[in-house]
Amino acid sequence: MKFSKVLALGMAAAMTLTSAAGCGSKQDPAAPSNAEKPAEKSDASAPSEDGDISGEITVLTQRTDLADTAFPEYVKKFNEKYPNIKVKVQGITDYHGEVKMRMNTEDYGDVLVLPDGVDQAELPNFFEPIGTVEEINAKYRPMEAKTGVDGKIYGIAPVFTINGVVYNKKVFADAGINALPKTPDEFLAALKQIKEKTKAIPLYTNYVAGWPFNQWEDTRLNVSGDPDYMNKILDMDEPFAEGTAHYQIYKLLYDVANQGLIEEDPLTTDWESSKQMMADGEIATMVLGVWAVPQVAALADNPDDIGIMPFPTTAADGKQYVRVSPDLPLMVNKNSKNKEAAMAWFWWFINESGFAENEVCIPPAIDGAFPAALKPVEESGAVFFVEAPTTPGKEGLVDKIDQTGEVGFWTQDFKYRLVESAIGNRPETFEDIMKDLNTRWQKGKKQVLGQ
Amino acid sequence: MNNNALSTKKQAKDNYIYTKKINYQKIVTIFVFSIIPIALLLLFTYTPVANMFYYSITNWNGYSKSKEIIGLKNYIQIFTNPDYFRVFPVSLYYLIGSFIQIALALYFATVLSVTKTKGKNFFKGVIFFPYLINGVAIGFIFMNFLKPGGVLDSMLHLVGLSDLITKWLGNVKVINWSLTGVSIWRYMGFNMVIFIGAIQSISSEVYEAAEIDGANRWQQFKYIILPSIKRIVQLNLLLSVNGALSVFEIPYVMTNGGNGSKTFVIQTVETAFKHQRVGLASAMAVVLFIIVLIVAGIQRMFFDEKGDSRI
Repeated sequence: MKFSKVLALGMAAAMTLTSAAGCGSKQDPAAPSNAEKPAEKSDASAPSEDGDISGEITVLTQRTDLADTAFPEYVKKFNEKYPNIKVKVQGITDYHGEVKMRMNTEDYGDVLVLPDGVDQAELPNFFEPIGTVEEINAKYRPMEAKTGVDGKIYGIAPVFTINGVVYNKKVFADAGINALPKTPDEFLAALKQIKEKTKAIPLYTNYVAGWPFNQWEDTRLNVSGDPDYMNKILDMDEPFAEGTAHYQIYKLLYDVANQGLIEEDPLTTDWESSKQMMADGEIATMVLGVWAVPQVAALADNPDDIGIMPFPTTAADGKQYVRVSPDLPLMVNKNSKNKEAAMAWFWWFINESGFAENEVCIPPAIDGAFPAALKPVEESGAVFFVEAPTTPGKEGLVDKIDQTGEVGFWTQDFKYRLVESAIGNRPETFEDIMKDLNTRWQKGKKQVLGQ
Repeated sequence: MNNNALSTKKQAKDNYIYTKKINYQKIVTIFVFSIIPIALLLLFTYTPVANMFYYSITNWNGYSKSKEIIGLKNYIQIFTNPDYFRVFPVSLYYLIGSFIQIALALYFATVLSVTKTKGKNFFKGVIFFPYLINGVAIGFIFMNFLKPGGVLDSMLHLVGLSDLITKWLGNVKVINWSLTGVSIWRYMGFNMVIFIGAIQSISSEVYEAAEIDGANRWQQFKYIILPSIKRIVQLNLLLSVNGALSVFEIPYVMTNGGNGSKTFVIQTVETAFKHQRVGLASAMAVVLFIIVLIVAGIQRMFFDEKGDSRI
């Protein structure tokens, strides 16, 4: 009797100890030996040719579709060059939410994709600088507007993309549209023609998924045609006033919905099936990026039917502008125990992995070739450009104002309001919503800058 | 005699010591065994809640190393901006729904445990099953069920009720009823299983006696079942009403809070993880917590009074 009690007591104590140890094992005694090596290499932009770097690194990716398929292949290729680095790839489904939470600790992988919504000015607290602005700009497409702080760059996007209207060429041909629309009016006319002459949904909003509306927001520089627009917006009191880039983008969204040129019931949309529907010619257009073209084309009988055109606005000078924008940048964790190995993967992935080509996107290297899907856009005479760097000292201000004022550039909130009021489910007009957004912007601006 | 009395006394003393020893051991055992669950409770429930109260007085964005304490500013913002409370009426749909849900659950529980229905376990399984499906799958099922030309519309066509067809999610007047319906479908089985458990604890002799006295099914339900499981009904109502105040999963998965289906919790989640204002969102969570406490308190008062008058 007594023995069993002692045993029970002992077990309980042991369990307590184990659970405590489970929480406190962050100082991993098995950390490889080169943890104490200083990582001087980290600031050099040239990839290390050193084959005997060793260590174990964890790579976090939001591409859960690739984590178990393509990534093991990349790791294999990487290990041919760096046989002593062990790479563990972790695909995370709720990437942005989970990684931001993990950033409260030191354990957020060694190399990772920057989650959405991290203030640019805070990057130095979490990530290792990978080079100075001059070094990076000499070889890569500029990243300053996204990951530059105080003359240093903290991450490079492995793929660059352009946003515009992904469309089914066959539907356009069936509707008798020969010239691609270049203004909102032409675009609306084209959609109407599609509605009359074909059975396809002229424009599919993907309302329920929410994030596809960010693709509309992403065209703000294309519409303004001004690489410096996001710096100038800081001085604006009414960024949603008539004539501004935002006004034009969302007026088009409103008009399309208002004139019944979207899916019958936006509340029952589904992203995965929308790709198949577009491939089958049941959807004519969706506002997305060039990255979506291969995904839709893969499902189509004739992959050449799927293409992308610039967002249908024309700047005052009569030209169409297309911004080449970085996708989510790759970063190196500041707290990584194997910085050298992490840097090796980082540079290998950016320079040698062939990731951008495999994903049919624009590679980060300045001389990297555009994918074939962009040929027609190049030939149409559209002007490609990149975003100007953020004015020094003002990094992250736009995001802060956006968040404090709850404007929601990157949330679906006001886009939902627009679509709902356009289809008559809300007693607001387009002008009401724009006015409200201006008020929110002013409120946020006052709180952020006005102290 | 004297000797005898002494030994009895000694024995009593021994007994006393023995009991005391046992008690001491008992305490140690209880302490040691409960230390783990209590530690887990503290670690995973009370610490996060305490943290939430702390965050609610800061302007933290969810990942930053620095956060400033800004006092009650977050609360002031919530209570001075009507936007934050505009979504509460949505909960009313679910509140009404929760009463329907309890009534249905009670009905099915009674039918499936008192009457001699064939295939009882099969029906129990069918009704309880939705509770086990994950929320995302439910979203998909009902998207196809409710979409224009979907299953519901075809069924209405078949029975000649095509006049009733509307956009079940697209119509702003109907959307919350549709979602409430989904919610009832999903959670009713859970309530039913709890009711069945409670009803089964009533001795069958009571029914037999009632039957001999000539009580019909409805009287049996009213005078035997309902009073016996009153506490459980109260508990289920409490859970459902609080559930109605904090609806999240179904509208979030199905409509992403669009078209007037946004609830307070969806708004809180958006504030925290889309607007990156964890401080403000924590304050919203605290406000919801207090509202739930108040509602639960009112409910208790209401039920206790009723219970007293019945006795």
